Amino acid sequence: MISADLFSNAVVSGILLGGFYAAVAVGLAITFGQLDIVNIAHPAFVIVGSYTAWIINTRTGLDPVLAGILVTPIFFLVGVAIYRIYYAAFERTGQESLSGLAFFFGLMFIIEVTLILVYGVDYRLVNAAYIGESIDIGFVGIPYRMLVPFIVAVLLTGGVYLYLSRTFTGRAILAVAQDRLALQLMGADPVRVKQFAFGLAIATTAIAGSLLIIIGPVEPSVGRLYIGRVFAIVVLAGMGSIPGMVVAALIIGVVETMVGTFMGPSWSPAVSFGVLLLTLAVRPAGLFGRQ
Amino acid sequence: MSTPVLEVRALVKRFGGFVALNGVDLHVGAGERLGLIGPNGSGKTTMINCISGALYNDEGSIIFEGRDITRMAPHQRTRLGVARSFQIPKPFRSMTVLENLRVPLEYAAWNRAEHRHITDEAMAVLESIGLKHCAQQNSAGLTQVDMRKLELARALAAKPRLLVSDEAMAGLSNAEVDEILEILLALNKRGVAVIMIEHIMRAVMRFSQRVVVLDAGEKIAEGTPDEIVRNPDVERAYLGE
Amino acid sequence: MKKISPFWIVVVAVIIAGLVFTSTVKNEYYFNAAYVVLQALLMAVAWNVLGGFTGYVNFGSAGFFAVGAYTAIALDKAFGLPLPLLILASGTVCGLIGLALGYLTLRLKGVYFAIATLAMAIVFETLVVNWAYVGGAKGAYILTPDSHLWFDSYIQMLFMVMLLLALAAIAVSRYLNSSRLGRGLAAIRDDEVAAECAGVPTLRLKLISATVMGVMMGVAGAPYPFFVTFVDPVSAFNLFIAVNSIAMPMIGGTAHWIGPVIGALLVGSLQEIITVTVSSELNILFVGLMLVGFITLAPQGIVGLVRKFRGRKP
Repeated sequence: MISADLFSNAVVSGILLGGFYAAVAVGLAITFGQLDIVNIAHPAFVIVGSYTAWIINTRTGLDPVLAGILVTPIFFLVGVAIYRIYYAAFERTGQESLSGLAFFFGLMFIIEVTLILVYGVDYRLVNAAYIGESIDIGFVGIPYRMLVPFIVAVLLTGGVYLYLSRTFTGRAILAVAQDRLALQLMGADPVRVKQFAFGLAIATTAIAGSLLIIIGPVEPSVGRLYIGRVFAIVVLAGMGSIPGMVVAALIIGVVETMVGTFMGPSWSPAVSFGVLLLTLAVRPAGLFGRQ
Repeated sequence: MSTPVLEVRALVKRFGGFVALNGVDLHVGAGERLGLIGPNGSGKTTMINCISGALYNDEGSIIFEGRDITRMAPHQRTRLGVARSFQIPKPFRSMTVLENLRVPLEYAAWNRAEHRHITDEAMAVLESIGLKHCAQQNSAGLTQVDMRKLELARALAAKPRLLVSDEAMAGLSNAEVDEILEILLALNKRGVAVIMIEHIMRAVMRFSQRVVVLDAGEKIAEGTPDEIVRNPDVERAYLGE
Repeated sequence: MKKISPFWIVVVAVIIAGLVFTSTVKNEYYFNAAYVVLQALLMAVAWNVLGGFTGYVNFGSAGFFAVGAYTAIALDKAFGLPLPLLILASGTVCGLIGLALGYLTLRLKGVYFAIATLAMAIVFETLVVNWAYVGGAKGAYILTPDSHLWFDSYIQMLFMVMLLLALAAIAVSRYLNSSRLGRGLAAIRDDEVAAECAGVPTLRLKLISATVMGVMMGVAGAPYPFFVTFVDPVSAFNLFIAVNSIAMPMIGGTAHWIGPVIGALLVGSLQEIITVTVSSELNILFVGLMLVGFITLAPQGIVGLVRKFRGRKP
């Protein structure tokens, strides 16, 4: 018999985890969902975000989230630079399907190995006053190390959503995927729009990474587990829909926590990849996709 | 009227709520030259995608030489004898022009080809279309007009009895349009029925024995080029009221 | 009289050289190193059948390899089957996985297949971690059989087995590349819609090449447990295997069957040298950098560079 408090605890922490997953996936929802760029290295950038937050936090004592926000401009520029290489080498020549994929795969690998070479494979963690504390509501305990990332993630995802739907540049990003003609009529250069959007997507990983290292200690290869999660979320949502992505993230978060609680944590990595395979097999357009 | 090589009955194709084709009938006689025209978004492209199998229609049926091909995969249709060319040329870029033709000869026409003389057959097709001089050239480096010719050559190498030519002349000069027209006429003389989708009216009217006009997913007119030119409905569809 | 292709003369020469190598060289290090290079070569050739010839990226090579290895471990433990049967079984299992995965996702856009292969590797890793019979997360020790035919040691025999497997894979890949089937695959890679309209049964051909790739990768994994004698999920599902099997064909050149062979021999030998002289971490980084460098600057690989060079100076 499944006890009620174990169950409700699992649901609550699943939702908190899912909210955080949305922050990790929102960048990919832009690159993969809107720009059709399969950035396999996205989670690797999240790990770089974690290490950046860790370095700033341990050196200066600054709050990890603030550290993450502080470095977003640098991440943005890195993203712009990577898109420029990607565009010049693959997109312009129509090589994106094979070489482009391999490019990001290689990039992911280089990032991971470089982090291992420089910082080793030890788990790193950050300090903040709220980590370790928790509030109890009824028999459900909510640790701040989950609640803070959840709140920041909601703000980040909501902000990106509002930005895309309300601003001129945001709508241009949406148009890149759907309506090139409209984009030309707006007088925007598709390459510049994509470049900006890619930069934006990488900038979100700085914040997502700082949240990741608040939730728990991080080492370089953790990123790989997130490949399945972020792609499962974006594909399950139906490519590019931000509200759909939040729902998908919550589903993955809750299912993963359930499986971890009732079957054992060694099974939870398979959840997102299982969901991904199942979605591709049964409903490749996703839950909220067109067609 | 000759026995039809292709018969399309009450074809319906929807994209979500949008009805692209609304119960269109179409027939092509053996060896006939049919022009298919209509304003942008009238359903021409959807029609040929359904005929070639790139899209599956929601209702209605497609009969080719007496066989129902409505649910057949595109490659099976090509093997039966329905070939198409693409509006935007899609050469196999890693191959030479000659190798491009080997693919349909070795797949679509495999049962009808002389297996030992694939190269000779490919060369014969290239000669008939005026591409023999660049047989060994890489297909990615061709000029626009040669690219269009390669499209047609590849369709021909499938040894079709019906060729669907999708805007093979768009963006070409007058002289080049005439060149493509000659190729299509010569091909038709050998007994291949042709459906020509084209915006260049001069070419359609010169080429076609019969013209079908689509507008907003419906057939609004059908007849000889002369009849079509004088049809008030057609004028309205093109020029608006 | 039919002329014998130089290819087969080279194959026979390589086999003879391998036999001479085993009967003259005593230092086991050389056989270990050669085995590692040949295993990578086999994986690279396998990856290229689908990735290079057909244009579909497989990120899950390590998954196929590990499933091959663990199939061998399980069957060895359960029935004590001889190595040739284990190789056959691993090839069959991984071929079926390739077929199933292809059937699920090859009808979709290419990227979905790539992501699915990544997912597949993790799903199988999770299964193995939770499967106590083959050692679970702790790993399994494998006893090397006593008999090693006429060879001086077991590693010498394994080296010879891997050499034959790699040569067989190269022969299959060469056949695929130059046959009617290969032209169909190349047409799919160049333009799938046009290929279908030229009468190429694209789905069937994609499934064939996914299956062949799976078989080759499974076959590569089967002798691995006997080579290392201790296998755990971390080493069998190592991402490095996946990176190598992408990097080697990309560096050598993917369009021609010789590409992955050149890439694997070059990169594999360099890796052995760097691992011995510098460090294994740097060696891993080196492969990543080579991969990214080549695909951005020389997308046709070494084969492409050679062709370009020849084209300029005829």
